[in-house]
Amino acid sequence: MTYTLDSSLDSVNKVEQTAEQLARKAGVDEDEIFRISMAVREAAVNAVLHGNAYDPEKRMTASFENTGSSLVIRITDEGKGLDPATLPDPLAPENLLRGSGRGIFLIRSFMDEVHFKQLHPGTELTLIKHLGTAPTGA
Amino acid sequence: MSMKISTRQVDGVTILDLGGRITLGEGSVQLRDSVRDLLAKGQKKILLNLGEVNYIDSSGIGELVSAYTTVRNQGGELKLLNLTRKVHDLLQITKLYTVFDVKDDEASAIASYAHA
Repeated sequence: MTYTLDSSLDSVNKVEQTAEQLARKAGVDEDEIFRISMAVREAAVNAVLHGNAYDPEKRMTASFENTGSSLVIRITDEGKGLDPATLPDPLAPENLLRGSGRGIFLIRSFMDEVHFKQLHPGTELTLIKHLGTAPTGA
Repeated sequence: MSMKISTRQVDGVTILDLGGRITLGEGSVQLRDSVRDLLAKGQKKILLNLGEVNYIDSSGIGELVSAYTTVRNQGGELKLLNLTRKVHDLLQITKLYTVFDVKDDEASAIASYAHA
């Protein structure tokens, strides 16, 4: 299932809801549904806000797949690109009181695998949750 | 669902009762505006009751942090009350649980504010 969406908060909400439905159909528990849908929401926010900067000319795509062994969600944007290595550590003492910068950290905390791919232009973020594994994150 | 917010005063402390979702573009903006309005009125003892907040994203967390630092920088105190398990866990993993003064009882929360 793949959607091509405009760069809006409505699109973020749609992506989040679709992820929740995917996780629920996969039979994971409520806590895991919350973590997966939150991670996907964070990825969608990054695409819309940081990647596409709410530009109405730019699109976000979101694909959702249950492979049987994993849930695979891919979010792409058409922005300038993101190098995750340059992101500040939100847990570092000097960053703890920053008003932003926790999205990627939460994605990594809640998903089993997170992969970044530069699309030139844009970024593709792949979030993977292995089914039947122990819960991640909190 | 947008965030619900109501305000009340108890013993010189302004309590913001929040409910729903604190997320980008929704509750986070309402929270920011509410705290700024209180500070503009000179109300610097602020207690955020999060007992009915069932969801907060990283933007919402960021807004809590910004509210905390803004109030603190103006010589005030902002504390959190009645965290749901999800919000509690999020603040734990982002190492913010020990930054905030978190209370689970309103009476003791109000009593904990410095009285001039």
